[in-house]
Amino acid sequence: MGHHQHSLAIFRGRLKFKSIEQKIWGVFIFLSIITIVEVAFGIIKPASLMSPFLSPFEGELFATFANIFLSPFIYMKPLNLIFIVLTIVKAYYITWDFMHMRDETKSLRRMVVWTAIFLICYLVLILLIEGDYIFEVYKNNYVKFDF
Amino acid sequence: METTVASTTPEGDVWGGGNQPLRASYGKMMMWFFIVSDALTFSGFLAAYGFSRFKFVNAWPIADEVFTHFPFLHGVPAPMFYVAFMTFVLIFSSVTMVLAVDAGHKMQQSKVAMYMFLTIIGGAIFVGSQAWEWATFIKGDYGAVETRGGKILQFLDTEGSRVAIGSFAESMQSTATEHAESNGVWFMGGNQQTSYNLEEVTAGFLANDNLLIRTQYLDENGHPTVLSRAASIEKIQNDGKLVVEGANLKRNEYGHPLFADFFFFITGFHGFHVFSGVLINIIIFFNVVIGTYERRKSYEMVEKVGLYWHFVDLVWVFVFTFFYLV
Repeated sequence: MGHHQHSLAIFRGRLKFKSIEQKIWGVFIFLSIITIVEVAFGIIKPASLMSPFLSPFEGELFATFANIFLSPFIYMKPLNLIFIVLTIVKAYYITWDFMHMRDETKSLRRMVVWTAIFLICYLVLILLIEGDYIFEVYKNNYVKFDF
Repeated sequence: METTVASTTPEGDVWGGGNQPLRASYGKMMMWFFIVSDALTFSGFLAAYGFSRFKFVNAWPIADEVFTHFPFLHGVPAPMFYVAFMTFVLIFSSVTMVLAVDAGHKMQQSKVAMYMFLTIIGGAIFVGSQAWEWATFIKGDYGAVETRGGKILQFLDTEGSRVAIGSFAESMQSTATEHAESNGVWFMGGNQQTSYNLEEVTAGFLANDNLLIRTQYLDENGHPTVLSRAASIEKIQNDGKLVVEGANLKRNEYGHPLFADFFFFITGFHGFHVFSGVLINIIIFFNVVIGTYERRKSYEMVEKVGLYWHFVDLVWVFVFTFFYLV
C-alpha cells in the first residue's frame, strides 16, 4: 500500500494542504459552508430568486432552440437552480476527496462517473418530460378532478 | 500486495487474478460497480418522484410546511432545521470514516478503531433521527378533511394561520360504530377511527365564522388557494368525505398521497442503507479491534466499507435537495 499517491490539493490546485488529515477537514469545512448556505436560502427564500430569469422566446426554429438550451433559466426558479448546482458541487467533493476518486486512474473514474451521469440524465429527462405532458393532459381535458 | 504475484506465469498474471486492471483491487472495483448500480436505483426513485411531482405540479405539498418540527421545541415552527442537523451528522460521520481509512493506510490500529466507533455513533444518531422524523410525519399535526375526489382540505383562521381540527370540532354523540362482526368477515376491518369524524368537524366549522378552507391547489405565486367563507362552507358540505390525521401509504393530511408514498419509500430505502452500513461498520470495527487487519497487514476492508458509507452520504445530499429544498 506504500506507493499510494494522494493528491493534497483541491480547487484545481489553488488550495494545497500539508497532510491528508488537513485536506479532509478542509473539505468538511467547505461542505458545511455549502450546507449552511443551502439551508439559509431554503428558509429565507429571497423573493428575487423565486421567478425565472427569462421568459420563453416566441417564434420559429431559433426560439425553440433557445428555449431548449436556456431551459434552466427559462423554466426553473433561480433558487432551485442554485440548490441543484450546490448539490452537484457537494457530490463532487464527497466523491473526489472522501471516496478518493481523485487518486484513482482516469479510466476507473470515467467508467464510474460517466456511466452513472449519462444514464441518470437520460432517465430524468424522459421522466420529467413525460410528467409534464401528463400534467398538460389533466389540465386541458374535459374531466373534472377537483371535487 | 500488488507485487506478490510477479513470479507466476504470464497466464496466471493476467487471467489468474494477479493483474489489477485500472490499478484497483478486485474488492474495491466491485464496490464501485455496486455503487454505480445502487446509484441508479436511487436515481430511479428520485426521478419517479420528479415525474409524479411534475404530473401534479399545481397540487404538490410544500416541504417547508410539512417538516416543521424539532425535538423538544413543541409548537415552535422550525422548518428544515432538523434535516439540516441530520445532514451535518451524516457529513461528519463521513469525515470520521475517511479519517479511519487514512489511519488504516498508516497501519494505526487504535486510531482506526476510534474513528470507526465515531462513525457508528454518527450513523446511529442519523437512523434515530429518521425514525423520529417518520413518527412525527405519521402522527401529523393539524389534521385535514379528504374530499370525495381524494383531495385534501386544510383549515385556516382569517389571519391565514393553520388551525388544528381538534381545536374547533364539536364533540357529538358518535355516529361511528365499531366494525361489527355481523357486517362482514373478521379480516375486513372497518375504517380507521380518527379522533373526530366528519360530522363533528363540519359542525364545528359551521359554528366558527373565522374559519376558512385551503385547498391543495397552488395559485400562480405557488401558495395554496384559500377559499372564501361561502365557498368553504359549500366545499366541506358537498365534497367532504372523511377526516384524515397524519399520513400513511393511502392518505396524507399534508396533501397528495403520493408525497407520503415517496417520502416513505425514498427516506426508508436510504435509512435502510444507513442501517445496513452501521451493521457492516460494527463488524469491521470488531475486526479492527481483534487485529484481523493488523495480521493481514492491510486495512483495505476499511476502505471498502468506507466507500459504501460515503455513498450513503452522497445519496442523502441528493435526497435532502430534492425532497426538502427544491
